[in-house]
Amino acid sequence: MAHLKLDLAKIERCRKLAEEIAQPVETMIAAHTTIAIERATLRMIGVNGAVVRNGQYYPEVNAIIEDLHKEGRLGRGVLPLFVNGMIQTGKSASELGTAVAEKQIRLTELNQAPAAEVAKRAHDLCAAARASLVSKRDYRDGNRAELKDPFDPRGTNGPLIYVIVATGNIYDDVVQARAAAQAGADAIAVIRSTAQSLLDFVPHGATTEGFGGTYATQENFRIMREALDDEGKKIGRYIRLTNYCSGLCMPEIAALGAMERLDFLLNDAMYGILFRDINMKRTLIDQHFSRRIIALSKIVIHTGEDNYLTTADAVENGHQVLASQFINERFALNAHMTPSLMGLGHAQEMDPEHPDVFLLEIARAQMTRDIFPEAPIKFMPPTRHKCGDIFYSHLMDAMFNFVGVLTGQTIQLLGMATEAMHTPLLQDRWMSIKNAKYIFNGARSLGRDITFNSGGIIESWAAKVLDETLAHLEMIRAKGLSKAIEEKAFAEVSRRETGGKGYDGVIVREDGYLNPFFELL
Amino acid sequence: MSNDQSRMSELNLAKLKPYGDILNDGTIQVSFTLPVEPSPEAREAAVQFAEKMGLDQVKIATMEKAAQGFAFFVVYGNLRHTVDFTAIKVLKVDAIKRSREEIDEIIKTKIGRKLIVLGACTGYDAHTVGIDAIMNMKGFAGDYGLERYQWLDARNLGAQVLNEELLKLAQRENADAILVSKVVTQHNIHVRDLQDLMKRAEQLGLKEKIVFVAGGPRVTHPLALECGFDAGFGVGTKPSDVASYIVEEHLRRRGIFLEKAGEKA
Repeated sequence: MAHLKLDLAKIERCRKLAEEIAQPVETMIAAHTTIAIERATLRMIGVNGAVVRNGQYYPEVNAIIEDLHKEGRLGRGVLPLFVNGMIQTGKSASELGTAVAEKQIRLTELNQAPAAEVAKRAHDLCAAARASLVSKRDYRDGNRAELKDPFDPRGTNGPLIYVIVATGNIYDDVVQARAAAQAGADAIAVIRSTAQSLLDFVPHGATTEGFGGTYATQENFRIMREALDDEGKKIGRYIRLTNYCSGLCMPEIAALGAMERLDFLLNDAMYGILFRDINMKRTLIDQHFSRRIIALSKIVIHTGEDNYLTTADAVENGHQVLASQFINERFALNAHMTPSLMGLGHAQEMDPEHPDVFLLEIARAQMTRDIFPEAPIKFMPPTRHKCGDIFYSHLMDAMFNFVGVLTGQTIQLLGMATEAMHTPLLQDRWMSIKNAKYIFNGARSLGRDITFNSGGIIESWAAKVLDETLAHLEMIRAKGLSKAIEEKAFAEVSRRETGGKGYDGVIVREDGYLNPFFELL
Repeated sequence: MSNDQSRMSELNLAKLKPYGDILNDGTIQVSFTLPVEPSPEAREAAVQFAEKMGLDQVKIATMEKAAQGFAFFVVYGNLRHTVDFTAIKVLKVDAIKRSREEIDEIIKTKIGRKLIVLGACTGYDAHTVGIDAIMNMKGFAGDYGLERYQWLDARNLGAQVLNEELLKLAQRENADAILVSKVVTQHNIHVRDLQDLMKRAEQLGLKEKIVFVAGGPRVTHPLALECGFDAGFGVGTKPSDVASYIVEEHLRRRGIFLEKAGEKA
């Protein structure tokens, strides 16, 4: 593989700055919990039912946590109350969850068992939950080993073919996903219904109505995983499943994704802050816990830096992407994740009419590869400059595929010729996969057979982006992350520390906060 | 007269046909998928669909297996139908395209205060690329966004703004124009959201006061009109297109009619 000559001291300095930027955030995270973390905790120990409210399913964990939060009783976490409830009533977590959600039992009115007994029982419950997640993980990894699995985090086997399905109906999604797998897709992402990231609960059950996508629910995860397992066996290739672990339910989606054996999760607080206006404290705290679960289950996360280039100019703002990737890498390391699980995101979004645009795109893609050699980096296709000319659009995707295979990207989200028009049709996906297979095969070894001119356009551009990244990180370190975000450090979007959605779900931890998952994960 | 000109002089706009490489050949290409395995029967089904569309000399350029149980076709044929181009009337946004400098100058001299423009993606729509391109300083394709106009007070409210909140803000701020961007169109949610906004605007008596503009990849001017908006803009719209319309319409409502392009010379 041809590599760029980059200034290693500068890269090291960037990593050091990212560590310093993350430090105060980590301190903040350790002092708080959130309603979403407490809900995820209950889910992992077995509370996964739903009650009917206004004719719709509402998760039991929401009903339980909501009441306790209103009473200000979550400072020590939900477990002291809930586990005491299990001891007092003799019920299982699932039974007690239902009883509390239906308001047959009030956790705050029960007799209190000794704290040591509660702590011991909580630890046992969480340890059992952990063991269950590990067994799901091992089962999933066994499936991968049994079938042909082309995935390698470093991208040495060529880019993984990743496509989305987005019909709104999980059963139609299954048809589309199977078809895509047959055509050659290695990974399927079920796009979520638009704005699910802003729901402060995870919808329940199989769903057949969504807008711009299909709701992420535990049952939908299960249905799609089962279909892909079946299809994978038929075609002799393991098919990865992706969903979205961003927004207000990050920790819960991570938990459900781990339980249902998902392979990839989009997981990025920065994305939620900038593009969904989710409160930064809330989502950074949530992200940490979600990544702890993800680290245990060895799920590959995908970060959303590609989005920066859709709102900020892609030629001028490569440094914002790289700076954010360094910060995201540090947040992931702090949550016990290995680089092999960090699908750092970026995109080919430059103006197609910019002079020498492919040289600049190659520079950016190659430097991402070279700076994060162990990471399964994820390359996103052109969207911003796409229009209804599907023939030109198909050609843009071909050049994107070419850059992807040349620069050794690990996960390639394929562009669709109909990008600016509708969620992909079966034939759009098929055409796109055919495009990718043609180019990935034809240019498979090109990256290993060329070198970049020392001081040439590509190398000089990469050096410039790295310099700008370093300066950007210095600025962020000096101001602090939240102040920098407020001053539009990323994507030309401004957010405030106390603004955005979900802030009321942030809870200061009190002495005696109990959640054994923080030690076990 | 050269031969190609004489050939095209045979063009009869009252009986317009698609053009391949010979005038009036009616050549078109369509592609589609049938939920059946590729087979001679599937091919025949594709031919019959093409014939029902009005195609003669149907050529199945390719029949591909897109997946188990799905055949993908690319089809060429010669369309029998004609269209009377001379009888076509299309609803178009009624405004002369002006430059940012011209627009600023018109507002300065004819209105004398900044026009207040609110932009938002409404409902559940979280796709701000369109509204950003029109509103944000930077603009789109070299055309500066409305925030850059000296005589516009342009505020981009971003994604997922509720219709009622948008109108509440418009009332409070005395907005002169509202731009709504809709990207997600599944189950026609964009139409429902747009109609809902206008119903609320009417109840609040804001329809006459504020110029309502809709935009998005699947938004057309006629669709916007149907939803009760004053104008609609689709793909490729530049900020100056929108600004030109807002200013012209704002003045028109006050009985001031800007000169037509031809009169400017």
